Amino acid sequence: MSKMYYRELYCGSPVRFWMGLTLLGAIIAVGLGAAYYMEHQGHWVTGMSNQIVWGLPHVFAIFLIVAASGALNVASIGSVFGGPLYKPLGRYSALLAIGLLVGGLIVLVLDLGRPDRLIVAMTEYNFKSIFAWNVILYSGFVAIVAVYLWTMMDRSMEKFKRPLGFAAFFWRIALTTGTGSIFGFLVAREAYDAAIMAPMFVIMSFSYGLAFFIITLIAAYIWGDREIGVYRLTKLKNLLGVFVGAVLYFVLAYNLTNLYVAQHHGIERFILLDGGIYTMMFWVGQILIGSIIPLFLIYSPAFENSRWAIAVASIAVLIGGFFQIYLIVIGGQAYPMNLFPGKEIIETGFFDGQIINYVPTFPEAALGVAGMAVSLALVAIGARVFKVFPETLED
Amino acid sequence: MSNKSDQPSVQRRQFIGGTIAAAGALTLAPGVILHAASDGDKATSGASSKHRWGMLIDANKCADGCSACVDACNSEHGLTDLGRPETDAVWIRPVKLRDKQTGHVDRLVMMCQHCEHPPCVDVCPTNASFKRIDGVVLVDRHRCIGCRYCMMACPYKARSFVHEALSEQSVAAPRGKGCVESCTLCVHRIDAGEMQTACQEACTKEGHGAIVFGDLKDPNSEISRMLKSHNSVQIRADLELNTGVRYLNL
Repeated sequence: MSKMYYRELYCGSPVRFWMGLTLLGAIIAVGLGAAYYMEHQGHWVTGMSNQIVWGLPHVFAIFLIVAASGALNVASIGSVFGGPLYKPLGRYSALLAIGLLVGGLIVLVLDLGRPDRLIVAMTEYNFKSIFAWNVILYSGFVAIVAVYLWTMMDRSMEKFKRPLGFAAFFWRIALTTGTGSIFGFLVAREAYDAAIMAPMFVIMSFSYGLAFFIITLIAAYIWGDREIGVYRLTKLKNLLGVFVGAVLYFVLAYNLTNLYVAQHHGIERFILLDGGIYTMMFWVGQILIGSIIPLFLIYSPAFENSRWAIAVASIAVLIGGFFQIYLIVIGGQAYPMNLFPGKEIIETGFFDGQIINYVPTFPEAALGVAGMAVSLALVAIGARVFKVFPETLED
Repeated sequence: MSNKSDQPSVQRRQFIGGTIAAAGALTLAPGVILHAASDGDKATSGASSKHRWGMLIDANKCADGCSACVDACNSEHGLTDLGRPETDAVWIRPVKLRDKQTGHVDRLVMMCQHCEHPPCVDVCPTNASFKRIDGVVLVDRHRCIGCRYCMMACPYKARSFVHEALSEQSVAAPRGKGCVESCTLCVHRIDAGEMQTACQEACTKEGHGAIVFGDLKDPNSEISRMLKSHNSVQIRADLELNTGVRYLNL
């Protein structure tokens, strides 16, 4: 077997690299401006309210955080499960995982009512709160994956690679379990309060993370004028197909369980039939774009060796995943809590029993998109500074 | 040996030691003094586990179209109507219900139910949501980071987020932009020894008497006697939160 050489990712033309970074920088600047505006004015300038307390920034943040732990899968398969085809991709997998997590965390923190009190969140812990655990899980993830990346890049650290790979793998499972449990542990709302949330988030992370990995890998190799073999991409594609199918299975189990329980018929009707925009997001966004189209592109013999089909399938998985998180976070709040079973509410001073309308505003979107730009900028700079990409990935 | 050695002289050591001691004293002393002062405060107004404060709301007496309790709560705590119902703070709200089967209509007020096992306290990452030993559930506005997880967790939708900068606040209830808040059971009144909440006072003044406030642990209090002699309910009793606010005729 020939030796694998890693090299910093230099763009075909330096102008392209700097233009790319400048663009990302501009998006980040707009996002920071938006965050300042929202903090300075107060959240009334956003679409969020006392009914929809978590809005679009949370959707972006959770999407990126979930994808981050999944992006590490390729490294795990290489060093924990011993997949030789995946091994050369391990370094990039770790870099992408850190980038996505940091991007997501920035959005989460900047959407707090008091982001200036971050130090309180870091020093005062209520260990019954899954949020407090997540503070530790998220920061620990960055630290462990950073050291893991080091062991992959430095031959003198080689002996620590496997144990760290194991640690990172278990940590990432804990991390996504924690993120899913944010919703799983909420007894108040009908869409949540389900143990399946934790494993569903784990499997969602596998799917989104791998889709992010594939699409950015292809982009990086085009960007750097390097070769990437179809065989390796096909392997990744097949794995993505399994993950997309698994997410679909969990979605089916979640909805079937709800359909069985009379108490949950209302929320199911809302998601599946008459929830307007949310029903649309479920069937068109999550199921058609996020599941059926990618599964077709992945398994249809017509696209067997098409790298464009692989790229489009990955993008479709990401779009579908975004809708899925949107539906969980926003849809779950828009559907009213059932405080008085068997009664209808004919007068209320606080929107009881009503389906809540939420229209995200530009600053919220700008902050969310800036989080993504932070992730991409970190990855672009990381790949330029460190030797994470193999010189060639020809078969 | 000459005194050209770079060994520090005794005087210099003493000087440095003295400076550190003085700086230390200056740093610690105000804390000690403040601590002593706050200990003094505790002696006069501390909460006690001998009490559990609660409320009983009679749905039959809650009058149609009346908003006396809401207005009283708003003025007591400085909650202003900014004409933005989606984001304006609401600590107490009227709800009118119709039974889907029988058509029976009830009216009641909802607020923080001051649970024995409050989900908002469980989920708060920084311990800002807390329950006093006398059962009052509060938010520490100095610790709240504004994550709104408690609002996601509250089964009664009892909490509001402060969506804008505030001015002319009530001394009874310090509030702050970016923090979460809810009914305090007029804790400032309890701590001052006044055994009547603003909402109850207003309701009584209107002649409805739909709200009774009192000590659930005192068997001789009006609320305890009424709870013993009447069939009351908790809202979302299935969650087993053991609420401090109970309802009659619902």
